[in-house]
Amino acid sequence: MRDVAVVGTGMTKFGELWGQSIRDIFVEAAQQAIADSGVDYIDSLYVGSMSPGLFVNQEHLGAVMADYLGVNPIPATRVESACASGGVAFRQAFLEVASGASDIVLAGGVEKMTDGADVTDVLAAAADQEYEVYHGITFPGLYAMIAKAHMHQYGTTREQLAAVAVKNHRNGVKNPNAQFRSEVSLAQVMSSTMVADPLRLLDCSPVSDGAAAVIVASLDVARKLNKNFVKVVASAQASDTIALHGRESITTFKAVVEASKKAYKIANLRPADINLVEVHDCFTIAEIVVSEDLGFFEKGKGGEAAKQGLTAIEGGRIPINTSGGLKAKGHPVGATGIAQIIELYEQLTSQAGPRQVKNVRRGMAQNMGGSGASCVIHILEAQ
Amino acid sequence: MITARYHREIPQRYRLEAGKCSTCQHVAFPPRPVCPKCKGRSFETVRLSEEGKIVTFTIVRVASEKFSKQTPYAVGIVELQEGIRITTQIVDAELDKIEVGQRVKLVFRRVQEDGRAGILCYGYKAIIA
Ligand SMILES: [Zn+2]
Repeated sequence: MRDVAVVGTGMTKFGELWGQSIRDIFVEAAQQAIADSGVDYIDSLYVGSMSPGLFVNQEHLGAVMADYLGVNPIPATRVESACASGGVAFRQAFLEVASGASDIVLAGGVEKMTDGADVTDVLAAAADQEYEVYHGITFPGLYAMIAKAHMHQYGTTREQLAAVAVKNHRNGVKNPNAQFRSEVSLAQVMSSTMVADPLRLLDCSPVSDGAAAVIVASLDVARKLNKNFVKVVASAQASDTIALHGRESITTFKAVVEASKKAYKIANLRPADINLVEVHDCFTIAEIVVSEDLGFFEKGKGGEAAKQGLTAIEGGRIPINTSGGLKAKGHPVGATGIAQIIELYEQLTSQAGPRQVKNVRRGMAQNMGGSGASCVIHILEAQ
Repeated sequence: MITARYHREIPQRYRLEAGKCSTCQHVAFPPRPVCPKCKGRSFETVRLSEEGKIVTFTIVRVASEKFSKQTPYAVGIVELQEGIRITTQIVDAELDKIEVGQRVKLVFRRVQEDGRAGILCYGYKAIIA
């Protein structure tokens, strides 16, 4: 395996993009990434997307996007791993370059969620359709059951969950691409509409449109481009049972634990060596559980850490979701994993503006699908 | 949901039929071709007990269109006597009285209606024991 770098990025604003189609937003992000990197060709492209078939009745996204981006006849493939589709698309691009099969690969992600589909129904397709969804469970409902169990087992409080949303909205204010650029108070989160007890509307990431793309290249190519780049020092992925009820523990994401163990081993690092992390906060409880499973906080202490401000940009022990996370930045499902990589790139190349964390050398991105049945983790390092 | 697809799941939804591994006795529900514990591939059909306890639960207040007429409703993960866990609605209970650890019993109920095919879909639901 040879060394691989991220050499350019592009993304649309996340939000309700009613004036643009799924192909418009993907092409916009991809063109930006290509221009930003300065490459004059790409060898292939991957599009991470959870469910364009159900959201907008369009499958075969690899071909659609290669066509509209004007890069035929290069290989173009859609990658699906539910909410981890973007992160897994990035991993495919990484592996293709690391293997030597290609020198320059575009990894992108996209989702168009506001074109009228029954979003609750589509998202639930990432769970076990016959043995979970059949009985009426929803996606927020699955995470609500995780929250209930975490509260029962570790004493995690309603206020601690809310602290995650407050912090991520505060970060989102500083991100020009974020869907929500407004702060929310603890009281607002805790009195927002109940969606699935104990999770309320402001515990949930929103329904979003958006696309994101990065250019992945060999270190040799990166050096010749003579621009900012960051090195990918670990790529790891793991899986778990599709149904939440099939797991030994409901308060730990085993796929997160396993993927992070692999990532730390590959990069020869420990949690203390990571300076910031983008985690998959599809719901506030997810950020708390993941912050524990990645080894940043002791099991059961993630809620308290969030409440104490240990995950904030300033004064924190480990800044989490400086981008605003899925909660404030928005969660166009397939684009999320790529947008996480973009936040790390901006932070590690000191281009994050008012969100900039000081003295950052290494960042981690944790992207997961379903109720945690897929997890993909990357560690990036400044050069 | 097409009728054939519904029909295939009837042994599990109506009768709680699980697969017991002939090698290590692990019980898998629904049955599956490979034992997750020992990788064995030979199973006998057993029926799960109808009694268990609530491991965790939620009250769904925003549902997909198919279930929107039923909101608010409780869904939980129930651990049956064999240690098998399933996801099921918890019914006939006051929603604010449901608690983790409560004992429940599975009963046969209508779960949903299929709008397009027009069939009624049945299966297990939990009631407080
Ligand atoms: Zn076995």
